[in-house]
Parts: sequence; C-alpha cells; structure tokens
Amino acid sequence: MSFLVLEDISKVFPTAVGVEKFDLSVERGEFISFLGPSGCGKTTTLRMVAGFESPTTGKIILDGVDITDRPPNQRNVGMVFQSYALFPNMTVAQNIGFGLKIRKEPESAIKQRVAEMLALIHLEQKGNSFPHQLSGGQQQRVALARALAIRPQVLLLDEPLSALDAKIRVSLRAEIRAIQRQLGITAIYVTHDQEEALSISDRIVVMHEGKIEQVGTPFEIYNFPTTRFVANFVGSLNTAEAEVVDPQGGIVALHGIRLVSTSDLKEKRKGDKVMIAIRPERIGFIAEGEKENVFEGRVENITFLGSVVRLQLRVGETIFNMDTFNRPSLQLPGNGDTIRVTCSSKAVLVLSE
Amino acid sequence: MKKNLFWNWFWIFISLTYFFIPLYATFNFSLKARKGELSLLAYQQMMEDPRILRSLIFSTEIGLLTILLGLLLMVPTVYWVRLKAPRLRPVIEFISLLPFVIPAIVLVFGLIRTYSGGIFPLTNTYTGTNFLLIAGYVVIGLPYLYRSVDAGMSAIDVVTLTEAAQSLGASWPTIMLRVIIPNLRSAMLGAAFLTLAIVLGEFTVATFLVGLKAFGPVIWQVGQNRAYEASALVIVSFIITWVLMGLINYVGRRGAADGSVAAGPR
Repeated sequence: MSFLVLEDISKVFPTAVGVEKFDLSVERGEFISFLGPSGCGKTTTLRMVAGFESPTTGKIILDGVDITDRPPNQRNVGMVFQSYALFPNMTVAQNIGFGLKIRKEPESAIKQRVAEMLALIHLEQKGNSFPHQLSGGQQQRVALARALAIRPQVLLLDEPLSALDAKIRVSLRAEIRAIQRQLGITAIYVTHDQEEALSISDRIVVMHEGKIEQVGTPFEIYNFPTTRFVANFVGSLNTAEAEVVDPQGGIVALHGIRLVSTSDLKEKRKGDKVMIAIRPERIGFIAEGEKENVFEGRVENITFLGSVVRLQLRVGETIFNMDTFNRPSLQLPGNGDTIRVTCSSKAVLVLSE
Repeated sequence: MKKNLFWNWFWIFISLTYFFIPLYATFNFSLKARKGELSLLAYQQMMEDPRILRSLIFSTEIGLLTILLGLLLMVPTVYWVRLKAPRLRPVIEFISLLPFVIPAIVLVFGLIRTYSGGIFPLTNTYTGTNFLLIAGYVVIGLPYLYRSVDAGMSAIDVVTLTEAAQSLGASWPTIMLRVIIPNLRSAMLGAAFLTLAIVLGEFTVATFLVGLKAFGPVIWQVGQNRAYEASALVIVSFIITWVLMGLINYVGRRGAADGSVAAGPR
C-alpha cells in the first residue's frame, strides 16, 4: 500500500463543488505538486490532508492509518503557508521549537533540533531575531524549518513562494527540493505556477474545476498532455482542429497539410475532427532530406525572448508559434517571408476533450 | 516634504491643545481653593475625606474586575467569530454598539428589575450588587472592548496563525494562551484603558446600584458644594488611571516576555 492514499475524496461547499472524486496514491519520499488555476480545488485538497477541511466523502490514509476524522493537531503533518504564518511574538528559535515544546520534548533535545534546523536553512545567526526582522525569503525558510522540526510524516506546502520576488522564488524552490531530498520526506506542494511544478516535482497532479485532469511526471505532463486543458495550461502550445485521414497510420490533415502523429487514432474514423497540439519548440527549420510533416508558413512576427527567438507563422488560417534557440550563428527569415518548417510525428499530439 | 512636516506638527499641536487645555484649566482651578494664592488645600481636604479614598479603591477594584470579565468574554468570542463564523461579525458588531443607543438609566433599571427577585435575587446582597455593577459596566464598555479586540485580531492573521499552531500539534487552550493572546497585548491594553476610564467616571449605574460607594457619585456629590475638591478629584482620578495603565502595561510586557520565553527554547 502507498504511504499516503487519498481515496475517492470529494468536498462539497454550500454553493459549489470544491473537489470531486479525487484518487491519489503517494509513495514515501515522493514530491507531488498539485497544479492548476485558482479555484481548481488544489488548496482544498491539501487542507483536507492537513485536517483543516473535512472531506464530504472518501478517506485519507497515512501510513496505513485512516486519518480522515483526526483533528489537525493529531495528524503529524507539517504545513508551510503562503503568508509564512510565523508567530510574531516569538523569536526564530522559539518558532522552530514551538511544535517540540507542545510535544513536551526535553529542553536539551529541543535546543539541539532547533540548531539542526537553523543549520539546514542556513540561518544559524538568526535564532534570536524576530520574524519582522527577517526578509520574506528568510521568513519562509524559518516556516519550513518549523514545519520540519516536528519530524512530520508528510510536509504540505501551500503556494509557499507566491509572496516572494522572482529571483528568490527560483533559489528557494531549489532549496526546498534539496531539503526534501536530504530528509527523504514525503511532500505535497500546491502551486499555480507550472514552471515551479515542473522544476521540483517527482509527479504533478494537474487539476481543473475540482477534478484531476492528469497525473504524471513533469516529463509526461509537458510532453504528453492527455487533455486539452493540460496541454494549454502547461507550457505554451499551438492547437488547431484537424481531420482524421488515416486512423491506422495516424495521419491527420490540417488545411490540406498531411501530418503524421504517433498518438492513438485507432478509435477515430476517417473524416472525424480532432484537436491537435504542437509545442512551439518542437517545430524547427527543415533539415536536408526531411520529408515527413513538412509544411510552409508565412512569418508574421519575430520576437526575441532572451535565450529563445519566437517566430509567429501563419499556416493556412492558423497562427503557429515556433521557438528556436537564440545562437549567434542563427540566420532568421524576415517578416513576410515564407519558410518551410517541420516537426516529428511524436510532436503532433491528438488531444482528448 | 517640509510642508508635510509642518502640517503634521500643526495637527499634533492642535490635538494636544484640545486635550490639555481643559485638563490644565481643571488643575489650575483645583489649586485656587485658598483665595489669592495657589495651594494644594483642595487636595489636602480631599485626602482628609475618608469617603473619597474608599470610593476610589472600590471603583478601581470594580474597574479591574470589569476589565477581566470583559476580556474573558470578548477575546474568545471575537476569536471564535473570526475563525468559525465570520458571517456573524456584523451581528456581533451591531450588538456591541447597542450600549450607545440604550441609555445607562434604562440598563440599570433593567438590571434592578430583573435581578431583584426571581431565581437570581442578586440585589439582596452586597456581592450580588457588586457583580451586577460589574456586569453593567461590561455592557457599557462593550463597544470599546469589542472594537479594540477586533482591531487587534485584524492586525494579525488569526486564521492562519491558528492553523499553523494546530499543524504543529497545539490544542485550543495552547493556541489561545501562547499564540493569540500574546499578539493581542496592545489591543487588550487599549480595551483595558478605556474600560477603566469609563468605570472610574461612571455615574448613573453606580448611583442606582451602590450609591456613594463608587467614585463617580462621590465626585458628583463633592462637586455640588465643594468645587475645588471636585476638580482635585478629577485630576487625581486622571493620574490614577494613567498610573494603573502604566502598571498593566508593565505587567503585560513582563508576562508576554515570560510567555514567549516559555513557549520556545533558549
């Protein structure tokens, strides 16, 4: 049995459905992210694991024990909040030691654990500071140390980096991941930032309107989105309606252009309309001898995005974005030029609804 | 920038003038008991009157008990409403404003009528009457108590702090004593200050329940025929209020410091 099991969880609020039929098994030491837009139910699910919300139906099983009806203070689950939630009247050391004090651990053990935690977050000199004397990033590291000090079975992080500026967000998320790996703790991370989820998770649960859309590794979620929502939400994507030409051969037609896809079309019939998706970075300039999935596009616009250059191409009635690395040797076409581009059959995704 | 600074000081000056001129006038008047010279005669005569000191001690005790009861009622109530029933906030706010609408005379007659017989004949004993007085003062102080405590809770994220403490294993009493109350110290001091000030000067409820045992009615009676002593009394009660508040503040600070040390490792 998995370490943490969320079995057929649902949460109904008086005016709306918060979470519907949520099933998930999390392995010990795994780092899972709940990803989705605001109001998709990711925080509600996390709060049900923490015990702050009760599921309307379903069970939460942690290490073989049903904790569905346990109050939050009896779950041994650590939580990090978006707003840090450090106790303003206590010093950093007192904040970190709070949970241990509640557990009536001996003073010497508390002191030792606090020192360990301060070393873990590289704030050894700040033990006697008060929260208001720290920066946002430092406060969130203290909040992380406080949650970890009690040796929780699961660490829950509710958009912990949302209140921080971009640069600190990137460094802190790497720090959170490193600490999680070092301690081997099971973690659930809620975010609406796809880049954040893709960069730190073992697996991602993409949620939409209270339901799971797709569960998979960051690689799977990004490269093989199974629904239109996931494809649109994670990364940028070109989508267009195409017609099935040969279901067995995986061939579709887009404005008369034949495109081969490795996606399963066997359940489709010739003439069916399907939604196809191609990531901008999977479209490239045509190489010598390339014949499969070659099509022409007129350059409408060229945008420099630092390490990447984005070309906007008009392919029939559809606008496609194409990303290419920005190399000094790169020879770009001009606006209005017609160029020939290609993509592999693996890049042409056929989306379900 | 300089212009702003000027206006800042201007308004501070106006506020202080508004506050201190009546106080200075009362103080100056209290020193004129002896014709043609400034003296402390009024203060001396006031001190020689045993009723004054006795009533001052009585009202101070009642005031402190009112603060205690008021905070015991309001802090958990406001906390609970914010945490579990935020939709009830307008209702509680409305109830807290009722003492502004219902005159003290109505309140005191209501208390006397209700508690003079029946199952709670409180007015039959001194303790019972004193308790009624405290209860009445809690009602009168409700707008100030509620507003101060509520403002204090607005300043901290009560819900998230509670959840953070819960996730660390804390029970409700622990959360209340170690997390919420230490962070409400300023708000509670504000509430205590206002309540004490009201109790020391209150006349109507005190007159009908305990008469000249309380400080308010005594000031009034002295003021009827001994104007200088009445002014001296006002100044003394003002000083006493500030000294008591200083003491509460000092004790509160020490308590908070001890509490926070106890709450974590050293």
